[in-house]
Amino acid sequence: MRKFITVCLAFLLLQSPAIAETFAITGAKIVTNNGAIIKNGTIVFDDKKIITVGETASVTIPDTATKIDASGKWVTPGLFLPFSQVGMVEVAAESSTNDTRSSKSPFSAALLAADSFNPKSENVGITKIEGITRMAILPAASRTIYGGQGALVNTSGEFRSITSNTAFIYVQMGETGARIAGGSRSASWLWLRQSLLEAKAWRKGREPAEPLLNSADAFALQNALKKNLPFLVRINRASGLLALIDFKSKFGDLNVVAVGAKEAWMVADELAEAGITLIIDPHDNLPSGFEALGATMYNAVRLHKAGVKFAIANLGDGSFNARLMPQHAGNTLATGLDWNTAFAAITEVPAQIFGEGDNLGQLVPGMTADIVVWDGDPLEVMSSADMVFIDGQKQNMTSRQTRLRDRYLTLGDGNPLPFAYR
Amino acid sequence: MKNTTLSAIALGVGLLFTQTAAAIADEAPYPSTYQPIASSDVLLKGATVFDGLGNRLTSTDVYLVDGKISAIGQNLNVADGVQIIDATDRWVTPGIIDIHSHLGVYASPGVTAHSDGNEVTSPVTSEVSAEHGVWPHDPGFNRARAGGVTSMLILPGSANLFGGKGVVLKNVPSRTVQGMKFPNAPYALKMACGENPKRVYGQKGGPGSRMGNFSGYRKTWVKAVAYREKWDKYEADLAKAKPDDKKQPTAPTRDLQLETLVDVLKGDIRINMHCYRADEMAQVIDMSKEFGYKVTTFHHAIEAYKIADLLAENDTCSAMWADWGGFKMEAYDSVRENIPMVHNAGACAIVHSDSGVGIQRLYQEAAKALADGNKAGLNISKAQAWAWLSSNPAKALGIDDQTGSMQVGLNADIVVWSGDPFSIRSRPDLVFIDGAVLYDSSDPAKRAVSDFELGQPGEGDVK
Repeated sequence: MRKFITVCLAFLLLQSPAIAETFAITGAKIVTNNGAIIKNGTIVFDDKKIITVGETASVTIPDTATKIDASGKWVTPGLFLPFSQVGMVEVAAESSTNDTRSSKSPFSAALLAADSFNPKSENVGITKIEGITRMAILPAASRTIYGGQGALVNTSGEFRSITSNTAFIYVQMGETGARIAGGSRSASWLWLRQSLLEAKAWRKGREPAEPLLNSADAFALQNALKKNLPFLVRINRASGLLALIDFKSKFGDLNVVAVGAKEAWMVADELAEAGITLIIDPHDNLPSGFEALGATMYNAVRLHKAGVKFAIANLGDGSFNARLMPQHAGNTLATGLDWNTAFAAITEVPAQIFGEGDNLGQLVPGMTADIVVWDGDPLEVMSSADMVFIDGQKQNMTSRQTRLRDRYLTLGDGNPLPFAYR
Repeated sequence: MKNTTLSAIALGVGLLFTQTAAAIADEAPYPSTYQPIASSDVLLKGATVFDGLGNRLTSTDVYLVDGKISAIGQNLNVADGVQIIDATDRWVTPGIIDIHSHLGVYASPGVTAHSDGNEVTSPVTSEVSAEHGVWPHDPGFNRARAGGVTSMLILPGSANLFGGKGVVLKNVPSRTVQGMKFPNAPYALKMACGENPKRVYGQKGGPGSRMGNFSGYRKTWVKAVAYREKWDKYEADLAKAKPDDKKQPTAPTRDLQLETLVDVLKGDIRINMHCYRADEMAQVIDMSKEFGYKVTTFHHAIEAYKIADLLAENDTCSAMWADWGGFKMEAYDSVRENIPMVHNAGACAIVHSDSGVGIQRLYQEAAKALADGNKAGLNISKAQAWAWLSSNPAKALGIDDQTGSMQVGLNADIVVWSGDPFSIRSRPDLVFIDGAVLYDSSDPAKRAVSDFELGQPGEGDVK
């Protein structure tokens, strides 16, 4: 009998459909990313959309809504990781658990990050409870300069949390790309240009005699070109960024996004002129390689002054600590960047990069209700998320990490039971 | 009873250090040539001070004279002409000490030629010393200084069971490593637990398992004990021998590998052991008792929170990250509250970096850990947390009688912050090392440029 109940419960949990509930978060400092911060605001939303947001005094709360008093708290759009591998790897050093790289696959551009995504990974849970609701995930480049096709996912941990499995193409250039392509930047640039020309012209049954690509990779690239999907290109040196500008214009204003871009400030005006959006990591300020001799934390503020748009990520760790993105954004404040721009770089701009700007990244009626309640300024290292909503659904705020913590938090309390029973 | 004996041993080791530190420095080869850089006296006025010992002082003046902390108090009077720096709305703290750095041995840029941190030729290399691998022109030293780091322990990596000696450096630009060596600081010996040695040597003759790791340590300690006895006997014989004896005792052949270990057994060199898992740390503590030495600090100590009571009981420090984890199996059980949980159990908690990037913001690591711990229900102040950054590492390194806290007579290794260092908006304004301003956020002339960066893009830029 007990077993039967357990089975039923498990079934219910698995099936549990999103329960339609309307929430009203009241009295909070609300960052909408659309106009000024509301000092005493209320936001009403359900599992479909944000319904109302405004000054608490002027918002009508439906009788059916579950009210959440958030006085003294901050409310913001869910954070959006623009560049990560969360859910594709459990323990990086254990190859059996690491699906970020496919060094022995005959395929590259066609590889789908989505196929490697496990919503139940510990990394997804620990990321979500830090206020991150959306992620772009990607395969690392290995056999060719193409990592593959990136996906967009939410961090709910639900089985159906992939929202797009062909959202962008990831391309590795710079020092690493040059090694992959044959040993030089001459090789990597030629590979990039030639492979795209080939993909463009690819027709079934009329493949080139000596193709660079296999048909799966060619069709993946062709699809991306047709749909104008973003090509996320990892590149750091200033001269490489200028080459990227040139490449973009030669390929019909290709939708390129530069990732890394450590020396971007040196060519900021050119990047602004070309309208290239970047994904940068403000913590990158060491000359980690000869492609990054100009690296500085002031990259972000200088780019902003020049009119370049950028998102911010922790490019040093795309899985376990991708969640540190707000700290990386917050550190631009001490370099003189304004708060709104720093915060947009981890919410609104990532949404725009991936064509989700009308749906995510702002708190505006009609948009998806990805909402976070914080105990303070989300860009401060001492703040953390109290509540997270994804698609209007209130999320569980425990993770394997918090469970381990709680098990040992009472060390020395005299409880004779081994920890395994607590 | 057991506890009493343990603390007696710990105390003994401590005393030994203070008595012999100077002697070691005199005798040891590659001696420190560090000289404090000329400085003028200065009064920091009206600051909020974290003294590194758990106290927060408000509207406090700090007077630096001849490179030392000369007075701390309110409304101090100083001689005419002494420079007064207005520190109202600013914070003053002891300089940060990173007990786990590979600056210089894994220098930027990270080219293959700069890989000097692991002597990956044998699992036992206690004969090597990090000081012989340090490149003083690593630009990372300058970045770390701009992040408030005034001293570091430079360690060999963790590929080997016995990785080699670590050296304490003052974070001053210098043409030579000797010019950075912290005067009278004991050496460290780096050892490593767990996955790294068995992964590196599994296909190269072993160790190939954690069992092999332990047999490797123990066999080596047995040799060290025997080597020590050989020298003890020689020294006893020498003392007994008369000048006109026909047969004079002959000195044993020097073995650099075992010599380092004997210095550990004597308490002159401090064990700093890379160890992630709680069960492994507990076994290492037992091993240290088997051979009669002390583990001063476990590094990384991802699972220290599971045995914080045991660590407190054994007076062993844990040097930890705020939130790293997951990159290998032995890092899988990391929790964000590790540092505050160790602190809360009365054990010695230290924030470390192991990273040229992380070392620049160790204060933010402390801030994150503190906030997470308090949110989980602990009650730790910012002033207490500053001990994780300065006085605890100083104690673990044996330099707490010289630096790491705001006490009269100690070196003026001090940071003036633009605001509360636990806020992301604050950065160091001034960094003093032995009273000399070696970083000033508002003065480009006080931004050291390493030889490597000279004439390169970004030379002398704000970083």
